[in-house]
Amino acid sequence: MSSGQRARFRRKQAILRRVVVTVVMIFFLVPLYAMFDYTTRDLASGGRSMRTWKTLLDFGKVSEQYPDLRTGFIASVLLAVLTVAIMLVLLVPTMTWVRLRLPGLSRIVEFICLLPLTVPAIVLVVGLTPIYAWVTYLLGGATVWLCFAYVILVLPYAYRALDAGLRAIDVRTLSEAARSLGASWLTVMWRIVLPNLRTAVLSASFLAVALTLGEFTIANLFSRTNLQVAMYLLGKSDAQISVAVGLLALVFAFVVLFAMSFVGSGRAGTSAFARLRHHRKETA
Amino acid sequence: MTDAPRGRVLREIRPSGALLGVVPFFAYVTVFLLIPTLVVLVGAFVSDGRVTMGNIDALWEPAVVTALWQSVVLSAVTAVVGAVVGGLLAYAVSTAAPGGVLRRFLTSLCGVLAQFGGVALAFAFLATFGAGALLTTLFADLGIGSGSGGTWIYEWNKGLMLVYLYFQIPLMLIVFLPAVEGLKPQWREATETLGGSTFTYWRRVAAPILMPSFIGALLLLFTNAFSAYATAAALVSQGSPLLPLQIGGTFTSEVVIGQANVGKAMALEMMVVVAVVMAAYAILDRRASRWLVR
Repeated sequence: MSSGQRARFRRKQAILRRVVVTVVMIFFLVPLYAMFDYTTRDLASGGRSMRTWKTLLDFGKVSEQYPDLRTGFIASVLLAVLTVAIMLVLLVPTMTWVRLRLPGLSRIVEFICLLPLTVPAIVLVVGLTPIYAWVTYLLGGATVWLCFAYVILVLPYAYRALDAGLRAIDVRTLSEAARSLGASWLTVMWRIVLPNLRTAVLSASFLAVALTLGEFTIANLFSRTNLQVAMYLLGKSDAQISVAVGLLALVFAFVVLFAMSFVGSGRAGTSAFARLRHHRKETA
Repeated sequence: MTDAPRGRVLREIRPSGALLGVVPFFAYVTVFLLIPTLVVLVGAFVSDGRVTMGNIDALWEPAVVTALWQSVVLSAVTAVVGAVVGGLLAYAVSTAAPGGVLRRFLTSLCGVLAQFGGVALAFAFLATFGAGALLTTLFADLGIGSGSGGTWIYEWNKGLMLVYLYFQIPLMLIVFLPAVEGLKPQWREATETLGGSTFTYWRRVAAPILMPSFIGALLLLFTNAFSAYATAAALVSQGSPLLPLQIGGTFTSEVVIGQANVGKAMALEMMVVVAVVMAAYAILDRRASRWLVR
């Protein structure tokens, strides 16, 4: 191809890109703008007002006027922390251990971790009903105990992120070196493996936080109030404030993902979900 | 199995007690993932402690059949439209600079819409097309519609289809982008050297390579829409036009005794559909990776 032809081809490609991206962006961003538009309406006078946003940014006022929202928000934050904690305690040692000592089990661990992708949340709710009857009996009916189910929901994503991290370091050499210098397994885990997995742990945690904050199905069907359920319930009485909360949640999740795309290697960070496909190819 | 490998496995395991290290993980997933799955599998065939086909028979009730049919149609239509539009978007994005802001921005935005939307997406949709909403008023000013919205947004084959596309198109971008990124420029150059046009390149080179990935992504989109609950639940307040909503209904309705087990049967029905589609996906994915190894 001559350079003139190539330049023409590049121009054509750029035009196509601009047209497609613009059209789809409009489709994506108009509803988000509509949310903002709706929250800034003054429903009484028909003009504009920032009242909804002022209320929302005043935490004292929100908790006073919308107790459900406060409960839901606190529950969701607690849920996010607990889910991340359980997920890390469960997965990091197990995955390291399997890699070091029980490589024969790696297939089955992978299979189990990816299983939730094929079990819809709504189906999981049906199956979890008797389990949660026991959880409620043993621990009480607080919303935070949903963290046990949420760990299952984030399992595939967390597994992928941590697996990519473990692949990138030589766990065996590192741990053998530490062990031969007299470190206990706990020290190996805490001072050798974990610091080396920093980026992977970080992205697994971010994903878990984002998924937890956006979870609705399980909480709603078990009649527990997390952020999304509070938003949903509030939508029936005070739509403006709940739309504002919804927009805020979307923006927050976007900021988290956008920041994550700069963390670690550019490629792996482009999209944490894309890793679901990348990895399979490496093993094939 | 011969004795030799088994002996080796046991020798590796027994002296160290290494298996103890994975007990917490397996205990956890047994309680919170495997037992729930079994509960659905077994519960679908049990009622009042007896083995029965009654729950399965209930799947042939008109309401359930309609819900399944509508779920399948909704998922299929949004999967096809989402795959075509999202695939085009993925190709457009793949021609942009790899580490550029546009790509980061779009993949992050799509990640949010595809995975965390749920209730917020339903709100966004209502704020756009509801009564007195942004576009409804705009269209009314242009002489289309009355400005009061209408009930179309709550109908499964109109409003729900549109709102489902808000998470289907983004998901397509996320799963399909790695595939189009795998198209090597050398392939196009080789086609041109051999005298092929752009059309030849797409028809004879790119399309056959991308086809397995495309169909695979399409199937993934289908299961995604098929198992979605939050958006539909937040939007539809009357009736249960979709299978997930029917299952959700068995939690809230206390009118009919034994509904819980019918719920399990419906959950099983859902699992079977998803499992069949995911199995097809796994086969295609293995085929897709033949050409797109990086």
